[in-house]
Amino acid sequence: MRSVLAADITQTVARLCIEANTRLPADVAAALAAARAEENWPCARETLGLLEQNLAAAAKTGLPICQDTGMACVFVRLGGEVRVEGDLAAAVNEGVRRGYEEGFLRKSIVADPLRRENTGDNTPAMLTVELVPGDGFEVTVAPKGAGSENMSRIAMLRPADGVEGVRQFVLETVRLAGANPCPPVILGVGVGGCFDKAALLAKKALLRPLDIPNPDPYYAALEREWLRDVNTLGIGPQGFGGRATALGLAIEAAPTHVASLPAAVNISCHVTRRASARL
Amino acid sequence: MQHRITTPCPPEALRGLRAGDSVLLSGVVYTARDAAHKRMIELLDAGKELPYPIQNSAVYYVGPTPARPGQPIGSAGPTTSGRMDPYTPRLAALGQTVLIGKGPRGEAVQRALRAAGGVYLAAAGGAGALLASCVQTAELVCWEDLGCEAVRRLTVKDLPLTVVLDAHGGNWYAEGPARWRAKQAEADGERPPENSKGKEDRDG
Repeated sequence: MRSVLAADITQTVARLCIEANTRLPADVAAALAAARAEENWPCARETLGLLEQNLAAAAKTGLPICQDTGMACVFVRLGGEVRVEGDLAAAVNEGVRRGYEEGFLRKSIVADPLRRENTGDNTPAMLTVELVPGDGFEVTVAPKGAGSENMSRIAMLRPADGVEGVRQFVLETVRLAGANPCPPVILGVGVGGCFDKAALLAKKALLRPLDIPNPDPYYAALEREWLRDVNTLGIGPQGFGGRATALGLAIEAAPTHVASLPAAVNISCHVTRRASARL
Repeated sequence: MQHRITTPCPPEALRGLRAGDSVLLSGVVYTARDAAHKRMIELLDAGKELPYPIQNSAVYYVGPTPARPGQPIGSAGPTTSGRMDPYTPRLAALGQTVLIGKGPRGEAVQRALRAAGGVYLAAAGGAGALLASCVQTAELVCWEDLGCEAVRRLTVKDLPLTVVLDAHGGNWYAEGPARWRAKQAEADGERPPENSKGKEDRDG
């Protein structure tokens, strides 16, 4: 068994919260630049130019790229041969608390969904732990803003709806979202599993870099086709019209029940943030 | 077309703006989002004064990140404006002429703007660092307990915006995408666009 100290987890999570909020992943920045190069609509090009200027402004000033520094969605891949010395969830939450305070990030979490009192430190983290073989410990912080999260949807389709049913659901979700989720968006699609698993798959799809397709050629082809279809909707950057409605689309699939076809679409914005570290 | 406008803006100053135009806005804008709007409506219901002069004023729907020492404000991009729809018509009727945010507005807001000669301008969502660089000063007006949602008086210089709803019924969230689709259909003729239902029907 290998040991990982809670204090190290805290320190790492704090650093990743700040890093993720001030520096866009290279693949997302590259996709934004490529979208601008391909855009044939002047208004859309201008808007994409503003978004690129914003990345430069964030790099220069150290300000967060977006003021909605999000819920701290934290994903831990915990090797079966690793023992955490201390309380994992408490260590992650302390990291979020420190990172959001030290990084001058916005605290956007309310303790209760109906009574809505701000916790004041952006905790608790939305923590997902995945048990994996080996002695690795990998942590990813993916801050998620509400503008795009609120436009996400899930459907329990019929198996007979098939691949076309899921495609239509994806397109309908993007259409209904319109200008709200700050397009160009990035789409995470979860197919299969049970109700909750489909949503988690959709969120996990957003963690995959945009230049890495699904390893299954069947899904890799669907990712390309659906992205092309989304980019015929015309919503465009910020909803002002244009080709670039989405920068990327990733699908994650899982086994499901003979009678089920769950489909979830987690929408993320052009400021899709993630930062990872291994301990 | 690009315009430069300076707040406060009487309706006459906004008549020339058309959906799709670019605007560089300077002057004073007040920040308010969900909780501040709710409190302002409660003040009106109680027959009390609003915390700032509403006539010809501009509101920016923003909840900035905390300012670092020596800076006026943190990252300061727009939030989703539709959440303020229940409150907006009443404030527009009192003379609030410029609304700044992002995302579609409901029919009641569009009607209120037409009636009052106001406009709804979109700031680039997710461009908080860039927009913060246009903010010269920020001071608390009231409701510090609301944290990032407190009402602040910002002085801005050349805030880059796009006219979404003009005072004449124009709506760029409908017209912009429709024009792009028409242009695409013309360009590649054979393939019909996916958008058979037409988003503008819902938002229109």
